[in-house]
Amino acid sequence: MSKPKVGFYWCASCGGCEESVVDLAEDILGVVDAVDFVFFPVAMDFKRSDVEAMADGEMAVCMINGAIRTSEQLEMVELLRKKSQLIIAYGACSSLGGIPGLANLYSKESLLKAAYGDELSTTNPDYTLPQTEIKVKEGMLDLPELHDDVKSLDMVVDVDYYIPGCAPPVRLLKNALTAILEGNLPPKGAVLAPDIAVCDECSLNKTKPEKMLVSEYKRPHQDHIDPEKCLLAQGFLCLGPVTRQGCDAACPSVGMPCTGCQGPLGSVVDFGAKALSGIASILDSNDADEIAKLFDEIPDPAGTFYRYSYPKSQLFRRTNFKEETK
Amino acid sequence: MSDNGSVKNNWEPRIVAFFCNWCTYTGADLAGISRMQYRPNTRVIRLMCSGRLDPQFIMKAFREGADGVLVGGCHPGDCHYQEGNYKALRRITLLKKMLAQMGIEEGRLRLEWISASEGDLVQKAMNSMAETIRELGPLNLAEIPTPHSHDKEPVAAGVEGGA
Repeated sequence: MSKPKVGFYWCASCGGCEESVVDLAEDILGVVDAVDFVFFPVAMDFKRSDVEAMADGEMAVCMINGAIRTSEQLEMVELLRKKSQLIIAYGACSSLGGIPGLANLYSKESLLKAAYGDELSTTNPDYTLPQTEIKVKEGMLDLPELHDDVKSLDMVVDVDYYIPGCAPPVRLLKNALTAILEGNLPPKGAVLAPDIAVCDECSLNKTKPEKMLVSEYKRPHQDHIDPEKCLLAQGFLCLGPVTRQGCDAACPSVGMPCTGCQGPLGSVVDFGAKALSGIASILDSNDADEIAKLFDEIPDPAGTFYRYSYPKSQLFRRTNFKEETK
Repeated sequence: MSDNGSVKNNWEPRIVAFFCNWCTYTGADLAGISRMQYRPNTRVIRLMCSGRLDPQFIMKAFREGADGVLVGGCHPGDCHYQEGNYKALRRITLLKKMLAQMGIEEGRLRLEWISASEGDLVQKAMNSMAETIRELGPLNLAEIPTPHSHDKEPVAAGVEGGA
């Protein structure tokens, strides 16, 4: 019997998701025994033409990481959607837009201006911007176009399952592969991680006070972190209460506040709004001026609460929006 | 949503108001019984407490076509549930700051303390909110992309002004 064919592709991402496959360590041998990798540009030499040559639905599953923000990424995921029976959004960028998704806070023009003009390390006196075609002596070359918006994978193709995380915990990848091989998958659209908050598996949970109130907010570099005490109770912006588990609370367990990479719990529609709600409501002050002043310690709420999920905000973005001036 | 902005001259601000049961909603009742006139731009939703107002509700209101959101709760110290209004104050203060980063003007979200006996303040808040939103213009959110809509790229951010 031939082994199920598997693809692994990346879009706007950092490569950390591929690293999580390597983190399978010796278990990867079992995976290679059970499946055939037929497309995996980071690790193996397959080309787009190899995918084009496949029959529709030839791959059993294709895991796609990274957000979608160029014409090339869009074309590739549309092609992979056709060739694969299952598409899994792998990791935070693909599921929620991820850190690249924060680009939606700015217009394409100002992003290009920052990257190709204003940046201190940039020398670009003619202000040359990326072009979609260029004439070289062999002929015309096409290059991908940068889209106006950063999108999650499910905004451009139908997605069957989601594996959350930045990068996804090895345990979730293993569980997902086992479920696929055994044909033991939950209903379509499910996030393949437990629908319970990070706090539940956090070793500091037992130190959580009965009534959570903080007198100030702190970021990790601003104060000594007591690694034995609930980080939120210490005033550190830990998003564990709204974030889905599956990571063994890897960060808070070693004294680093949760930044929410595992994405929202199933009951949460808008991660940033819900995380903001929880963090804001525990502030121990009833005075409007004092409250406003204490929030100065959260200088970038959008980047804090929507760190991995901005494109999935219910607002998505404005069409006639004026960027906040710094 | 589709009528937003395109017919600028006929455009009327749409405001969603979340009023707490014990103070502001009762105040709105009083305004009604007293036959106070106010602009008809506001749709009121009654909550038991302004502390029940999940910021996700505000986001949903904006997504579903509200150009502004008005929140009414009991005066500080008067909350029927002791401290619900303080939670609303904390949440809305931080939410305004985050919305500013997202390009949503501060005036589109307003928190007012209005007691059950202050029908005139309900009238005033509704009128002045309608005026503020009229000046700000329609919110014009981009549609959330779906696999079937992406071939026509949404209008680029910052390119077309709807207001």
